[in-house]
Parts: sequence; C-alpha cells; structure tokens
Amino acid sequence: MTVTDLLSYEDALASFDPVMGLEVHVELGTRTKMFCGCSTELGAEPNSQTCPTCLGLPGSLPVVNAVGVESAIKIGLALNCEIAEWCRFARKNYFYPDMPKNFQTSQYDEPIAYNGYLDVQLEDGEVFRVQIERAHMEEDTGKSTHVGGATGRIHGASHSLLDYNRAGIPLIEIVTKPIEGAGERAPEVARAYVAELRELIKALGVSEARMEMGQMRCDVNLSLRPHGRSTFGTRSETKNVNSLRSVERAARFEIQRHAAVLTSGGTIVQETRHFHEEDGSTTSGRIKEEAEDYRYFPEPDLVPVAPAREWVEELRGGLPELPRLRRKRLQEEWGIADHEMQSVLNAGALDLILATMAEGADAASARKWWMGELARHANETGAELSAVPITPAQVARVAALVAAGDLNDKLARQVIEGVLAGEGEPDQVVDKRGLKVVSDDSALGAAVDDAIAANAAIAGKIRGGNLAAAGALIGAVMKATRGQADAKRVRELVLEKLGVQG
Amino acid sequence: MTDIIRLTAAQTAEKIASGELTAVEVTEAHLARIEAVDEKVHAFLHVDREGALAQARAVDAKRAAGEPLGPLAGVPLAMKDIFTTEGVPTTVGSKILEGWLPPYDSTVTKRLKAADVVILGKTNMDEFAMGSSTENSAYGPTGNPWDLTRIPGGSGGGSAAALASYQAPLALGTDTGGSIRQPAAVTGTVGVKPTYGGVSRYGMVAFSSSLDQGGPCARTVLDAALLHEAIGGHDPMDSTSIDAPVPPVVEAARSGDVRGMRIGVVKELGGEGYQAGVVQRFEESVEVLRGLGAEVVEISCPSFVYALAAYYLIAPSECSSNLARFDAMRYGMRVGDDGTRSAEDVTALTREAGFGAEVKRRIILGTYALSSGYYDAYYGSAQKVRTLITRDFEKAFESVDVLVSPTTPTTAFPLGERVDDPLAMYLVDLCTIPVNLAGNAAMSLPCGLAPEDGLPVGLQIIAPALKDDRLYRVGAAVEAAFVKKWGHPLLEEAPQL
Ligand SMILES: [Zn+2]
Repeated sequence: MTVTDLLSYEDALASFDPVMGLEVHVELGTRTKMFCGCSTELGAEPNSQTCPTCLGLPGSLPVVNAVGVESAIKIGLALNCEIAEWCRFARKNYFYPDMPKNFQTSQYDEPIAYNGYLDVQLEDGEVFRVQIERAHMEEDTGKSTHVGGATGRIHGASHSLLDYNRAGIPLIEIVTKPIEGAGERAPEVARAYVAELRELIKALGVSEARMEMGQMRCDVNLSLRPHGRSTFGTRSETKNVNSLRSVERAARFEIQRHAAVLTSGGTIVQETRHFHEEDGSTTSGRIKEEAEDYRYFPEPDLVPVAPAREWVEELRGGLPELPRLRRKRLQEEWGIADHEMQSVLNAGALDLILATMAEGADAASARKWWMGELARHANETGAELSAVPITPAQVARVAALVAAGDLNDKLARQVIEGVLAGEGEPDQVVDKRGLKVVSDDSALGAAVDDAIAANAAIAGKIRGGNLAAAGALIGAVMKATRGQADAKRVRELVLEKLGVQG
Repeated sequence: MTDIIRLTAAQTAEKIASGELTAVEVTEAHLARIEAVDEKVHAFLHVDREGALAQARAVDAKRAAGEPLGPLAGVPLAMKDIFTTEGVPTTVGSKILEGWLPPYDSTVTKRLKAADVVILGKTNMDEFAMGSSTENSAYGPTGNPWDLTRIPGGSGGGSAAALASYQAPLALGTDTGGSIRQPAAVTGTVGVKPTYGGVSRYGMVAFSSSLDQGGPCARTVLDAALLHEAIGGHDPMDSTSIDAPVPPVVEAARSGDVRGMRIGVVKELGGEGYQAGVVQRFEESVEVLRGLGAEVVEISCPSFVYALAAYYLIAPSECSSNLARFDAMRYGMRVGDDGTRSAEDVTALTREAGFGAEVKRRIILGTYALSSGYYDAYYGSAQKVRTLITRDFEKAFESVDVLVSPTTPTTAFPLGERVDDPLAMYLVDLCTIPVNLAGNAAMSLPCGLAPEDGLPVGLQIIAPALKDDRLYRVGAAVEAAFVKKWGHPLLEEAPQL
C-alpha cells in the first residue's frame, strides 16, 4: 500500500481555504418501494421482495409512491427549501448489474425541493448555516456480493451474487451548496451537518436514518483554494462515508492530502475516493477523466409531480418541532448550561435520556447515569452510547431504586455493571449480588461499634466536637459492609453512639 | 355450414352466445386455419393451442352454467408478441428474448382473459417494434396475404396478416409511429391507435415509452370498437394511462352518421411522392364523406414536415434507455458466460448476438442524441417540434371534427426492396407519425385497391385526444358506404391462400 503524503492540518489551513460539498442519501422508511408495491423490510431472503417493476422486467412500469413524495416534501420543508410546483423524474442512464433497468429513476434539473438551508450548532455552541442546493427523489439499486475474491471487492472475485430486495427503495438525495468560510472548522461543520440532518430526518419520522445500516450515506466532496482566491480548486469525491466520526475524519484527511499535493507543486485529479474506517485514510477510486455522461432525460413512464400548494402548506403545518428548537426547549426545561447540553448532544445521549424519562426517571438522574457511568462504559468499549447493552427502562428502574432509598449511588453503579455484564434486569442483579442498602440498625449497630472500638483516637476527636472526623468512621463501616450500608444512617448511628449532636 | 373463420368478431360472439356455435368449435376452426395457411403467411411466432382450447372450454362451461358472457366471449384473437403473457413465450421479435417465459400478464392480456377472449398465440413483428415491414423480425418476415412476396407492413405485420388471412377475427397491435395503421392499410384491414394513455402499456415491452400505444386490429370497424372497449380504460399500474372512461366507441361504430361533421384534409399529407392509386382512392374517400353529408375543408399543418425527423430522435433516444436492461443478467439470452469473462463482456457479446441491425442502429442513434453537448440540439429540438405538431393539431381541431389523409404514401412494396435503405423504409410512416408525436387518436381502414397494382389502400382518420369515438363514427360511415359500393368487404377480393 502506498503511503499518502499529508501536510499537517495546521499548515494546510495556514495556506488554504477548504470548500466542501456534502451529498447525503437517505433511505426513506416507507412501507413499500418507490415505484412498486414491494416491501422494504430489511433482512428478508435475497430477491424475495421483488416484482416485475423493481426487477426491470420487459414491459413493467413504475408508479410513484405517494408517501415517498410526501416524505420528500417534508424533508424539503424542514430544510427551508422551496417546493417545486411541477417537477419530473428523469432517467440517469448507466450500466451496473445491480441496477435492473440500467438506468436509475431519479430527478435531474427539476428537483422536488431546492434552495434551502440548515442551521447546525458546533460543539462550542456556534451556529453555522449550511446552504442546501436541492433535495430530490430517486430509487436505490440492488446489492452485489462478490464471491471468491480476497476483500469482497469485485477484483479477483470468481462470481457475484445479486440481491434486488433493495432495488427501488426510495432515496432522497440532499445536496449542499458549496460550504465556504468554515476554515479550520470544516470537518467539524461536516460532522455537525450530517448529525443535524440525521436528527431532522428522525424527527420527521420519514426514516430511522441509521448510518450503520446504510439508511443514511454520505459523500464528502472537498477542494482547497489558496486564501483570498474566489474560484474553487479541483475536488475529490469521497464516497460512502458512513458514520459521523468518519465524515469528520474524511474531510480532515482530504484537507491534509490536497494541501500536500498542492504545496509540492502537484495538481489534484478529479476522482472518487474510498474511505477506510481503520485508519481514516482515503484511497483513489475511479478517475473521472471526462465527466460521466448519464444521458439524463425526463422519465416518459411517469407523469409530472405537481404538489398542490394547499397540500404543501398542510404538510408545513404538520411538521414536528425541529431538533434544534427542541434541544433549546429541553435545555431550558432542564435548567442546564450550554456546555452541559452540548456534551449531552456530543455523547448522543439526548434520545436515551428522553426515553429514560419516558420510563419514569426524572431528568437529572436520567442525565446523570447516561452521561456518567454509561458514557464512560461506551468510551471504554468504543461503542456508540446507544449500543451500550442497557435499555432506558433498565436505567429508569435503577434510578427508581435509588430514589426509593433501596440503592445508594455506589450500589447502583454495581447494579448497572451487572446489567451490562448480562446478569439480567436490575432487580435480578440486586438479588443475585445481594446489593440492597443495609439500613437495619441492629446489623449496622454492630459494625459501628466495631469501628469505634478499632479507631479509639478518632472516636475521641468526634466526642471532642470534631464532626469532620466522623467521615473516617463512616468510611470504615462502609468498608466493613462492602458499601452496602446506608451512609446517612451510619452517620446518625456514629454520632448517636458517641453522644454528639449532628 | 357457416364458414366460421370468415365471421366477424361480433357475429362470432353472437353465435356463441346463442348456442349456434361453441367457443371450442370456433377455436378449433381457427387453429385448423392456422395449420393450413400459416406456413405460407408466417403471421404467428407461437401458437398456444392448449391455452386457447382451455380458454374456449371455459367459455363454453360458463355459458352452460348460465353465467353472463361478455360481448367478445369465445372470440379468438391473435396477439402481437410484444404483450407479456404469463408462461407463454414473449419474444418481441428478438433473439435476445428467445425462450423467455414472462412471469406476468400484461394488463391487456389480463383484460382479454377476463373478457373471455381466446388468445390463439403471438404474432410476428419487427424486432422491438422497430420497422415497417416485419423484415426486422429475428424469426423471418411475414407475407402479405394479398401477395405473399410483399410486405404486410410493420411492425405489427403478423397481426394484420393474421386478420387478412382469416386466421383470427381480432388482433392486437402497438403503434409507436404507425405500427398498427400502416399494416392495416397495406393488408386491407382496420387498425386503431387510441389516444395515448387510452390503453394500458403495463406489460407491453417498451420501444419508445412516450409514443407507444396498444390498440385494436380487426376486419371491421365495429369489431375494432368492441376490442377497443375490452382493452381500454384506466390502469393504476400505468401512470400515463388516462383516468377517464373509455370513449363511447361501440356506440359510435354502430351509429356511423357523419352528417354535419366537419372533416379536414391535411394539405401536407399527400401530393408529390404519393403513389397515384393511393391518391385516387383517398380522393374518392373524401367524395364519399362529402356524399354522406360531411363538410370537407383543407387544413394546413405546417409543422408536420418536421415530424419524421423529430420522431427519429425521440424514439431512438427513449429506446436506447428502454433497451439498456437487456444485459444478459436476469432473463433472456446469455452469450459467452464461460466463467472467464466479465459481466461487461458477457453483456456486450449477448447484445452483439441478440440484437438485430435496426435495433442496434436506433440504440446508437438515441445514445448519441441524448449525449451531453448534443441533447439540446437533438432531443431538445425534437421535443419542441413535438409541441409545434401538437399545436398544429389543436388549431386544426378548432375548425374540424376529424382530419383525414392516406395512411401510407404507397401500397405494399416487395419484401427485400427497402431492407438496405433505412431512410426509404422510414418514409413509410410519414403520415402516421404526427399522431404519435401529439398523442391523439387515429384509425386506418380500407378504401379500395390501387388500380395500378390491385393492392389495398388505407384511409387514415385522425381525431383529437380522448375523442376516439369520432374515428369509429366516421370509419363506420365510410366502411358502410364502400361495402355498399363494392357489394362486399374489400378483403373478399384477396386471393385464396
Ligand atoms: Zn417490486
């Protein structure tokens, strides 16, 4: 493998100004495909969800999925776009075995939504406005599995298997205008944009937008220009960057790569590039010596889409509270500072906290567990917070046990540890590990007596009015009871036995 | 004894309904006719003997059980091999689909089955409906029953020849630039291109999606109307199908009254370059219409001169995309898949072997016309011409109810005469193409034999979109007048096979 020359990020930014374009494909969560009645359910037997239309059989014809159009309009509206009064589908002609008709039914110069923007909040709270060029409707392709090669790539494979279940699933492609002026924050803006878009899509209920499932896929186009230059440089197109972290890394890598090429007197070739999760690098894919000619023309098998204005307004009126506004509202309701809210968002904890609250926990404790113990666990295991093996209901149960005084924080952490280790529900872990808080005076009294006897000097200080010294005795009792004692009660007993007023 | 095969569809249905004939008798008579003459004519690519007899038996059983029968119950039909038929070969006249058994029925197929029509088999056609003579069929040409050494027209030459040789009283065609009307004209039969969207295209293998239109073929105007009604109407599976009731075509065919109608003769469709006998028969037809009480005026449609050029950009452009799916991956022919070749190589080898010269020519033409840098000059300009032609029609229909012209500039020419001259072949559709570009409706019906060669001449009637019934009203009037004048239907003058 060739090593790619990179300039340090700081040096790259000292000389150049990055310009980005982000293209995001979102698979809609419609029940049926975009142009036929086949199911879109994931995980079915290969080719079990197909029909003449999505297999492109001779004679078959498409019919537009009205829910797909509605979803596209909702996305357009949420992105502050204008909605076309009249637009058409177009055929994008190119050959690929997993594309049944050898053209993709898409939109070309008449997208359903255009000219919008999305405000995204960066980690320090700064708001950056990303201009939206367009959002258009199209269909997904099937999937090829290359068999017999070393890497699952077509090169070296002995044959390929084709699964057309995905062929025809509705996609919305959202394209930004060139993102300029982000400077050194360009990778961060890219990440924040994709994150915000994902939140938006989920809030609209048009897709689950799970990037790890390929329901949302991002292409990062990037070019550099010397500071002060207004024309754009030649861009590279990094395809299928499929996590938030990868989006940021891909942008950063390309900035450093472009800068290295440009400062050494080279030129950037317009090409597509592959992103590699392992090390965050990109490698050259297909060189676009001449722009690919897709021979677009209006799809003659479909009639134009002309959404009535009243319908568009009705959809606008029915839009849910958009993520940024919702976050602002929650932050106010919870009474937390900007930076605290930001870390909740950065950790991907917002929905988990809300779900935990929905299970009965109060905001503060839900936030405490997700942002504390669980975030730490996610960090250590390198997993997304949402992938940590505990449910909001389980966290809510732990919080309830703490609130009822059955667990203290230390015991609660052990319960969570047990749940994460697969020992069952919180109550089962409590039982199995014997983690109930001991507040029974007879059991505690003996432990307190032992502690006083073993620490006569400290006991004396307390008797003498040095209440701060009580901590040492309480610690000793807690140690003896392996943390299960109710610390508050222990303190009361110590003071009582030593005849001191707390 | 009734000569079953010479009955019209309407008569046949009546006799089956009354019990005078059984559907099985009718079907067997036609299968026997096919057996007897089709070796010479070559109208059929595939005869579905078992399927046809099963359907006929079902019709007879239905009648025996006292269930209601449709107006075409038990009537045999020859289907152009472009409509998919579940489990029955559908080749579109191409080697690339040889052996393909579609897993689904076209909407038209479904409707015919539901109407208890007996589908005899699939008829020959120019490959992918590209041609005007059936000589582009990968399975050999069809002969014209009037003279087996001449073309039966195309692309639907098989359907027209089946009618003219009494192998079926009904047939189905598709018309992209004249593929129903021109074969009807040169075989002395009736063919209708309905308004675009009037008959579902679902399951009709696409040549040029914005121009293709399925339609009825028959020996009489009334039969065509009955078939039109059976196959027409909205289909939710075809977005471009019109969501409106089928125009009252049967009623119009039964009335046949043209008194007070205004009829326009299209100035640009006729004159120089047209065969003398064609012009003569056309002018007689106009006189007949005048005699029947219609008012005849001359109408100019100046943009029609660009129609052929526009058509040969739009149709190839769409076909270049429609035919891209024939890549040897999922169905049909596959050549060269020996385990060493890439998918691209196998596709290329398959297309090389599976597509005929005319299909390749049009794919290349269309690919070029859609290419970036050429799109505006070619496809874009052609769409503008299309708009102009549509406006010419709209303007014409402000002052007349229908337009008339010869269907074709000449009568049937000898097989082989134009195979090496694509441009001469393209000119055959000069009069029919404007209608496809505008999307309105037209009919061709026999108006006599050209004196110089004794071959049939077709009269074309053109109606505004959605006014298909006017074709039948005018057509029925002309047909009745001619039959009265000749003393018998024109086809009776065709030679015995
Ligand atoms: Zn499907």
